[in-house]
Amino acid sequence: MEKIICVCGHENPAGTKLCGKCGRPLTEEAKSSKIVDMKYDGAAIRSKTRNKSMVDKIWNFFSSVKVGISLIIINLIAASIGTIFPQEFYISVSTDAEKEAYYENTYGSLGKLYYELGLSDVYSSWWFQILVGMLAISIIVASIDRGIPLHRSLKNQRVKRHESFLKRQRIIAEGPIINGDSANTLNLIEEKMKKLKYKVRRDGNALLAERGRFSRYGPYINHVGLIIFLAAVMLRLVPGFYVDESMWVREGEMRAVPGMEGYFIENEKFILEMHDNEKTENQELQGVNVVAKNYQTNAKLYKQTDDAVPGKADDLELVKEYSIRVNHPLQHEGYSFYQMDFRLNEIKAMNFVLTNKETGESFGEVHVDLTNPQDEYVINDQTKVQLLGYYPDFSGFENGEPQTATPNPNNPAFIFKMTTPDKPEGEVSFVAIQQTVEPNGDNAYKMAFKSVETRNMTGLTVHKDSSIPFLAIGGAIFMIGVAIGSYWNHRRLWVEQLDDGSIRLAAHTNKNWFGIKKDIDAVVEFAHLPKYIDQSDDDAEKEKEGDSTL
Amino acid sequence: MDKKKKRSITRGAILVVLLAAIVYTVYTSATNDKVKVLQVGDKAPDFELVDLYESDLKHRLSDYEGKGVFLNFWGTWCEPCKKEMPAMSRQYANYKEQGVEVLTVNIAQTDFEVKKFLESLDVHFPAVIDQTKAVMTAYNVNPLPTTILINPEGRVEKIITGEMSERQIASYMESIKPEQE
Repeated sequence: MEKIICVCGHENPAGTKLCGKCGRPLTEEAKSSKIVDMKYDGAAIRSKTRNKSMVDKIWNFFSSVKVGISLIIINLIAASIGTIFPQEFYISVSTDAEKEAYYENTYGSLGKLYYELGLSDVYSSWWFQILVGMLAISIIVASIDRGIPLHRSLKNQRVKRHESFLKRQRIIAEGPIINGDSANTLNLIEEKMKKLKYKVRRDGNALLAERGRFSRYGPYINHVGLIIFLAAVMLRLVPGFYVDESMWVREGEMRAVPGMEGYFIENEKFILEMHDNEKTENQELQGVNVVAKNYQTNAKLYKQTDDAVPGKADDLELVKEYSIRVNHPLQHEGYSFYQMDFRLNEIKAMNFVLTNKETGESFGEVHVDLTNPQDEYVINDQTKVQLLGYYPDFSGFENGEPQTATPNPNNPAFIFKMTTPDKPEGEVSFVAIQQTVEPNGDNAYKMAFKSVETRNMTGLTVHKDSSIPFLAIGGAIFMIGVAIGSYWNHRRLWVEQLDDGSIRLAAHTNKNWFGIKKDIDAVVEFAHLPKYIDQSDDDAEKEKEGDSTL
Repeated sequence: MDKKKKRSITRGAILVVLLAAIVYTVYTSATNDKVKVLQVGDKAPDFELVDLYESDLKHRLSDYEGKGVFLNFWGTWCEPCKKEMPAMSRQYANYKEQGVEVLTVNIAQTDFEVKKFLESLDVHFPAVIDQTKAVMTAYNVNPLPTTILINPEGRVEKIITGEMSERQIASYMESIKPEQE
């Protein structure tokens, strides 16, 4: 590797702009400029020092600020395109085919393209994740690449700097002191700068006063916060870290909780309450009849004993009883159960009356509990109804056999065998809603539908997110970094007393020139120093806060 | 030069770690929807369910260690479940003596429905009902039918979703048959 050897004898890595020891400008560009570029204090950015192997090329690509900013912009654009049509999350269809159809039907071929490109679930699409990952690499690589040389050059700062360095600073002064004893000048400067909370170091006839160096680390601290944040989001993919499941529980049912091993939840009752107000004007406008007041599930959470295995449900221990309402989840050990959905009035039981078709005479009532149908319902010693078949969601016959489409009682159908005193051999009847089939010809009796009992079903989501503390820590570190970088600044004052007692002074800050000028004004007056000038003649330049990010 | 080499290695290592993190993220989130918590080679989660006919007979998976277990999840509304049942029943009759147990797990239906259904098909194998869906959750069963082959060591040999032919059933039972001494 080529080295640049400064006049002072210090060996600098290639790419260095200002000598690490004395501060002399090393490049032609730096030599010819009136004010030197103080970014990274003139240290060689690592990526600029070598550019050979594949690893270095990749490294240099990611360390580039241009690449980093481009990645930020690309990410922003991708995320904002993802807001044009609603995300899949907000669409109430479940299967992939339905989702695809939804986008095509609702938004036409553009919607189809949107779905196919993965824009409909942008955060889960592979290309978006790769973009975010590349941004993360860029943040890490750029921070290492710039942060370490900057840290070294700040740590190894010399008190004494060469004239050519001092003269190229924005704020400079040179000349004899106004009055007083020049032998005491450096002492006075030190005293004043210490009062102004600067750290002062002296080396012979040179002095360096420095304040707020830590603010230079602000951007790196905020990058660390960002990386922790992104890592926390990634952690969600680790099994057990993040649970987001939904479940349906009918009243009276107990269900194993998905994603929460060994726990069961029971729905005691689901309650839907409505406001009983007169229609308001707004309701009228929006065509809303009644407004819901409360969605509530009275739930019980049970836990198995620790040594129990799934399916064993006889040794459950009640952990918690809670009325789950919207925004009032049942919480236990990091898991939360939220009220999300409901279905009202699912058939739970049906009541039939055994009736003589001709006379209309009733022979008694049969109560069929759909959650536990019985083989036989005895009315008296000569009259009984046998249940030969139960089909909760009757969908038609196949080879003479009734079929059920789902296990849910959406369209319950039954095969009854009715035994009565005058038909002791029994009569078979197939009974479904609005449909009766009598396979053996005309029956004398029928099972007349009388009434139905219903129950409600609650839709809960089970949520656990262990990444939240990490997200909070990442976010906090990020904000601390931003604050450090924004509200503090790194101010430095170099002073050299020449042999004749006159003073050469230079000052630099990474931002807030107004602040440092105030400090210098104070010390100039206190130590009777010559008047300083601001070499930045460009007014716009004066306003500019300068190197505020890195 | 040594320093240079060291730096190159550090850079390479950092890049590799970051790249691995991206690949892991993309891979897991791509497979997340379909992720089987249970995988071939895993220890099959133990469970205990009560026999359909004898309420004091409990089927506990760990009691079957040393035997191959043919674990079949089904429901009465599931057409392919119904189709494969007679073949399962016949093959069970063959392999029962050779140390293969069949256990069919119905998903939270009523005793009545399950009994009537099995009677109408005239099939004979042990049946249990997973009332709370706990076993279904533990095995992450989604489509029905799903069959889990568990070898005599209690590990998952194969996970089959969808209907099986009689020939397949026979070969699956063969594959989990314990070795004869």
